[in-house]
Amino acid sequence: MKENGGKWEKFFKWINGETTIDSVILENSRKKRFAKRKLRHQKAKFIALRLKHSKRRIQEIICIIVAVVFIGILLKTASELPTCGKPDNPVNNEVSERYLEKGVEETGSINLVSGMILDYRAFDTFGESCVLFTAVICVAMLLKRDKNNIDPIEDQELKEDEEIKNADGSLILKFVARLVIPFIFLYGIYVILNGHLSPGGGFSGGAIIGAGLMLYSTAYGQENTRRFFTYETFKKVSATCLLIYCFSKGYSFFTGGNHLKNIIPKGIPGNILSSGLILPLNICVGIIVACTMYGIYSFFTKGDI
Amino acid sequence: MILDYVLLIFLILCAIGTTITKNLLDAVIIFMAYSSVMAVIWALLQSPDLAITEAAVGAGVTGILFFITLKKIHSVKGTRD
Amino acid sequence: MTNMLRFLTENHYEAGAIILFGIGFLNLLLQDNLIKKFIGLNIMDTAVYLFLVSQGYIAGHTAPIATVGQKALASKFINPIPSGLVLTGIVVSVSVTAFSLALVQRLYKKYGTLSLDKVLVLLKEDKEDESNP
Repeated sequence: MKENGGKWEKFFKWINGETTIDSVILENSRKKRFAKRKLRHQKAKFIALRLKHSKRRIQEIICIIVAVVFIGILLKTASELPTCGKPDNPVNNEVSERYLEKGVEETGSINLVSGMILDYRAFDTFGESCVLFTAVICVAMLLKRDKNNIDPIEDQELKEDEEIKNADGSLILKFVARLVIPFIFLYGIYVILNGHLSPGGGFSGGAIIGAGLMLYSTAYGQENTRRFFTYETFKKVSATCLLIYCFSKGYSFFTGGNHLKNIIPKGIPGNILSSGLILPLNICVGIIVACTMYGIYSFFTKGDI
Repeated sequence: MILDYVLLIFLILCAIGTTITKNLLDAVIIFMAYSSVMAVIWALLQSPDLAITEAAVGAGVTGILFFITLKKIHSVKGTRD
Repeated sequence: MTNMLRFLTENHYEAGAIILFGIGFLNLLLQDNLIKKFIGLNIMDTAVYLFLVSQGYIAGHTAPIATVGQKALASKFINPIPSGLVLTGIVVSVSVTAFSLALVQRLYKKYGTLSLDKVLVLLKEDKEDESNP
């Protein structure tokens, strides 16, 4: 009779739409797991509290003293610095003067910051793109859901989330996303293509396009994004862009200290098709950053692109 | 000049706010406000490239990553657990 | 004292940057929760960037975007080098944040908590279990 009552209770709950049978089983297993966890946690909390009252307290006091002394030294040193905003400070030396005076004719770029980071200091930017790519690979190593990284409870949670989302519809989000997303992509592409003429460039434009992809994926689900952006395309596109960057700036390793003459003509500064290699490099960096941002997002949410 | 001081004091208040809030969601939202104000300061310091990048990256993408992590570790109230 | 007052009025960006660095540093050292530790790390990052950019600022000069045929640019524009350095730094800080958050998610999956003290205690218990089963 007791078992029966339990079953009927579940059935009535199911009729009333409070919870499905699947999720009841899941709820039980989760409860069991959490109960086990809770016991361990209480024990750990007890030990941690005891530690805190003896050893931790001394550590905290030492940390505060060290930090305060450190900040005091920093403040004292900074108060000896020359006044902020004077043109004859030692920071503004011949290097920046050279970049400013000769920048436009040597790089062909109107935006001198973008000319500096993609022409004079292009290796710096290349290393940084590699850092971004490495970050995505590390996140994929940690969070990709394949046969070595399976957790049934998390799978169930993801499935439930999907069901909630489908039932809910998220009408406002879908409508607003349909209106806004084309403009986000347009603005991102504008920022990338005008990187040598106006503020912006590969990093900011790529981040904007990545944010647009995230919005699309949130509103319409990942299956729709997979139609044009899978793991294969991610790998191929970002590796290709990194290789293009590497070969277009790495030739000076083989030709000695002097660069070869630019293959692409510099053009007239101020036109959109000008400044030699800066425009293609901006596009490469933009694509890498966009892929990276969307890749990290999708590994965080679903564990796969 | 006065605007500089107001923005810097706001930054410091935001930084203290992230430290003393108990709720993790509040801390992340305050951090996003901090990033937006930082973007304004960079526009005042005549570096528009940095302002655009910080507004897109610091306030947008970092905030989204923190939110997803909070959801994964079940510490956003009202969704689950 | 007058030195300090002069510092606060003239180098206010540097002073603010160092105070923010201190807050982030204390956050990183003293917080128990890992998410808050990483927020503190981000605050430290932005404080360093603020210090760098304020060094390159020149009062009265504008952002380094030339018009065609302009001459004597060094007397009109701010120093572009700190801007370039910080531009790379911002994006690297995002990738560091993403990596550390991925580590946090794995840690939560294993131990079910984010408090560093608790994780350390549980870790010690696990080691003891392994050594004498």
